[in-house]
Amino acid sequence: MHLVQLSASSAVRLAGAGAAQPASGVTSLAWLLVVLPLLGAAILLFGGRRTNRFGPALATVLSWASFGIGAVIFLAMLGRSADQRVEVLSLYSWIPAGGFQLEAGMLVDPLSMAFVLLVTFVGSLILVYSLAYMEHDPDRRRFFGFLNLFVASMLLLVLADSYLLLYVGWEGVGLASYLLIGFWNQIPANASAANKAFVANRVGDFGMSVAIMLMFATFGTVTFAGVDAGVAGANQGTLTAIGLLLLLGACSKSAQFPLQSWLGDAMAGPTPVSALIHAATMVTAGVYLVVRSHVIFEGTPTAQTFVVVAGAITLIFGAVVGCAKDDVKKVLAASTMSQIGYMMLAAGLGPVGYVFAIFHLLNHGFFKAGMFLGAGSVMHGMNDQVDMRRFGNLSGAMKITWFTFGIGWLSILGVPPFSGFFSKDKIIEAAFIGEGWRPWVFGGAALIGAAITAFYMSRLFFMTFQGEKRWPRDAHPHESPRRMTVPMIVLATGSAFLGLILGPTNAIASWLEPVTGRSPEGEPVIAVPVLMSLTLLLVAGGVALAWVQYWRDKVPVAAPAGSLLTRAARQDLYQDDVNEALLMRPGLHLTRSLVFFDSRGVDGAVGGLAALIGGTSARVRRVQNGFVRSYALTMLAGVVVILGAVWVVQ
Amino acid sequence: MSSFPWLTTIGLIPLVGALVVAFLPASLADRARQIALGFSLVALLFTVAAALQFNAGSSQQFQFSEQHPWIEQFGVSYAVGVDGIALVLIVMAAVLVPVCLLAAWHDVPDSGRRQQTYFALMLVLETFMIGVFAATDVFLFYVFFEAMLIPVYFLIGSYGGPRRQYAAVKFLLYSLLGGLVMLVAVIALYQAGPGGPQGFLVDKLTGITFDQNAGRLMFVGFFFAFAVKAPMWPVHTWLPDAATEAKPATAVLLVGVLDKVGTYGMIRFCLQMFPEASTWATPAIIVLAVVSVLYGALLAIGQTDIMRLIAYTSVSHFGFIVLGIFAMTSAGTAGSALYMVNHGFTTAALFLVAAMLIRRRGSKRIPDYGGWQRVTPVIAGVFLISGMSALALPGLNSFISEFLVLVGTFQRYQVAAALATVGIILAALYILLMYQRMMTGPKPDSAAGTPDMSHREKWVVAPLIAAFLVLGFYPKPVLDVINPAVSRTLQYVGVTDPAPAHPGTAAEGAVK
Repeated sequence: MHLVQLSASSAVRLAGAGAAQPASGVTSLAWLLVVLPLLGAAILLFGGRRTNRFGPALATVLSWASFGIGAVIFLAMLGRSADQRVEVLSLYSWIPAGGFQLEAGMLVDPLSMAFVLLVTFVGSLILVYSLAYMEHDPDRRRFFGFLNLFVASMLLLVLADSYLLLYVGWEGVGLASYLLIGFWNQIPANASAANKAFVANRVGDFGMSVAIMLMFATFGTVTFAGVDAGVAGANQGTLTAIGLLLLLGACSKSAQFPLQSWLGDAMAGPTPVSALIHAATMVTAGVYLVVRSHVIFEGTPTAQTFVVVAGAITLIFGAVVGCAKDDVKKVLAASTMSQIGYMMLAAGLGPVGYVFAIFHLLNHGFFKAGMFLGAGSVMHGMNDQVDMRRFGNLSGAMKITWFTFGIGWLSILGVPPFSGFFSKDKIIEAAFIGEGWRPWVFGGAALIGAAITAFYMSRLFFMTFQGEKRWPRDAHPHESPRRMTVPMIVLATGSAFLGLILGPTNAIASWLEPVTGRSPEGEPVIAVPVLMSLTLLLVAGGVALAWVQYWRDKVPVAAPAGSLLTRAARQDLYQDDVNEALLMRPGLHLTRSLVFFDSRGVDGAVGGLAALIGGTSARVRRVQNGFVRSYALTMLAGVVVILGAVWVVQ
Repeated sequence: MSSFPWLTTIGLIPLVGALVVAFLPASLADRARQIALGFSLVALLFTVAAALQFNAGSSQQFQFSEQHPWIEQFGVSYAVGVDGIALVLIVMAAVLVPVCLLAAWHDVPDSGRRQQTYFALMLVLETFMIGVFAATDVFLFYVFFEAMLIPVYFLIGSYGGPRRQYAAVKFLLYSLLGGLVMLVAVIALYQAGPGGPQGFLVDKLTGITFDQNAGRLMFVGFFFAFAVKAPMWPVHTWLPDAATEAKPATAVLLVGVLDKVGTYGMIRFCLQMFPEASTWATPAIIVLAVVSVLYGALLAIGQTDIMRLIAYTSVSHFGFIVLGIFAMTSAGTAGSALYMVNHGFTTAALFLVAAMLIRRRGSKRIPDYGGWQRVTPVIAGVFLISGMSALALPGLNSFISEFLVLVGTFQRYQVAAALATVGIILAALYILLMYQRMMTGPKPDSAAGTPDMSHREKWVVAPLIAAFLVLGFYPKPVLDVINPAVSRTLQYVGVTDPAPAHPGTAAEGAVK
């Protein structure tokens, strides 16, 4: 009965959350998706040592249970017609405070379900992998507790029906990320990396918070449905402000320029964490946010342009950094940054891009998580070595790892018919649609990014698995146990076929249509077949160059000095130095001078009269010799005595 | 409504307890702590029983009212009663006192006169705290307001750290100065009011149109005392000294409860009795509040003493509370009232867990720690949760109140709200840097064999963590009680919430 077809001018707005209906059937169980892993986290973290024995297994089972419920809801949703797939589950009155009234509720629609399936499926696989990977860690109960906390928060993030509840999940994943980056914080560098991630995210939270306040001041509500409905009447300036503030939040969470510097350091966390949180799921939350807020962004071309620009800069930035790093995890981190740049770019393009942003996000979730797990498997077999210059020719010793990693590599390169091809190629096409300078600049960036990606990912693959052995003397690489290889095989299967299943069949586009609307047809400024050939040619070029340098030629064990650009890229293009010069050092000075000012200035001036008479030291002496004390006590006693006297006399 | 004198009873129970504990026969001296805890738990029980009977929908401003003439010549009555805001603060105080008593178990090592006095003073303080929130007579409020200083003075001055005398006197001087300025305003208020034998009743002093200048002067008199108490920048410097020199349990009651009298007083007296002056002073107060938020946070980042650091975080948090009060929107002021409760629990947890560490390490200096997550993992975990509450992590208690303050402020003062929001970044810095310095890094050899959290200590933190989670996910029971009190206050001031610029006409109403 709420099937109000919004007769908005653009077909894009046809669906959206406006057509939501109350949850019924299995959808009313959606709260269990969040509660089950949350329960696991509570049991493991508050249960203490008692839960050491069964905790990790329990955490894994609860995560799979969440996936099971997600799958059931998904199947039920598949069974309904497209216009009945957006449901809202009201939970309870969360914040009733005068003019600010907010219910906690869940928005169960095709977009959130896509994330639910990704998060619970990949998350559960990674929990299984961790059972083996973390087997000998004395604190593994805590590890699994944190991972469950992460899964619960991520599900809350994608299922929330309001910006404020989304923000709870948003910070929850940030907390889990902080805890897991710093999981081995007995090493000081890891503790610093964890802090950096949290603080960078808080900068984004500033944007999120103010955006939510601005929404409330403007629309009187912070639910997705309410805000979307108000957008049509709002003025450009306000929408642009909201859009840019949301983008600030998205950039911090998704490690986009200029808030990307924390992601490389975040690799301090255990590798399964890097796979799940810092590759497949959490870092893509910014893309989710932009797509979820598409109605706002469509109302403000300025903010949209900023989204595209942030994406374009980051996709090149990450790719360049990826070319120079020798630490296998840092290359993958840079690559994640770059790939999310693609998604961000697509999301900023508007209706032509949403579907491909989400499609690439799903594919990336599989191939990047798979490659991270592969990297973990290599580290597992190489005494936790991460320097690719000490790998080489591991294909023989670790056949399954090599093979599954290889599929991920082909997928990220965009080689048909692997998954990445179907989403990335479409993003490049979409970036070339438009008028004026935009398609050339943004399309060009996407195209060049593809070439660089081909180079650095091939460099990684060849340095690790091909060429000559450069192993340290004590290395005895061996294939990892079944509990690690099976998740890798499953993810590789997804990396191989997911794109083929969802792309050419148009399944993903029609699935997301109730949320994002139908993508308009558009012609790239370069004909599609030409563009596709050009892309593949550039990718082949990148691979060939990597082949020459890192397979055919000998790879030196010590890194060569490198060109100016290489050295800059090794230092993450000096982002840390910029942050330090612009923020940290001035901040430190400000804090120090304020501490001085507080004890001398404010305290002195306010504590005042005595100081004026006798100077600071004299004042302290006076206080301590009891003169002031007895005076003060006398005053207090006087007040009490007078009151008492009046009472007695009356 | 029953005519049972709930508030007087709740107030008297700790007082009786204090007398019992103070004059315990020598044979029972080693039971002093248990007896004190027992009395505070009985008081808590009565408080909960009263709270359950509170009717949020009542048309009366105050419930559980009692009124007896006291000094009729001067219009002074013994009048008590609570609205929703006072009620939740009394409940908070009643919860925190037993927690503090349990935390203070080993503060005075040997049983005897000194220990009995220590626990008796805390119980006396509880009586005064309940009295100050319950008073509905301005003069009675003033009496409790000043009387509170006495137990606190002795708790700091006799039981505190090495510089306790300096800290106690500084505390006393600041408070007395504020109090005396307020006393002048109190007397002037009686003169300007209707007078008569009940001339000090809040009811009688509400809704009067004072002479503009007189009203403003009286407002300033009250506000100054409350700003010192709260404490706001620039009259905050007594707090770090008092907090670090006092025993941690004293610091909790001081910062967590006593200081709330300042912000509570702003709502009850400044806004309610001087609406015109309140709106007149708002711009200046908003500026001071924002300065407090940022200044307190920056100072906290720069501290090397754990207790001082926590004290400065409170300066920042009180800035938020004042900001929300003077935003005068239903969301902002309700957020402030909720923040007062949340801050009590959060600060208690921070101080008390820090005290557990200080007891083990024997130092308040942050650089003396490092790697303690691997020495006392449970204490470290609880410390982190408390820290997360302090930085207002969504999902925990403080987030709701901080967000309400900000969103409510933003409705009127966008720049102030945005500036105060920078505080959330600074909060992450002061908490996480402290945690990093104290808890992370390699396990120190020197700390080998240090015991982790004891059973008693677990009972200290359990109610606080429970409060974090309940108030984070389900603040409705507290907000439902606060809301009517807030809207009544805003009615007195005569302000209404600004309407949204472009209301979302959503199907929202239909969905919900």
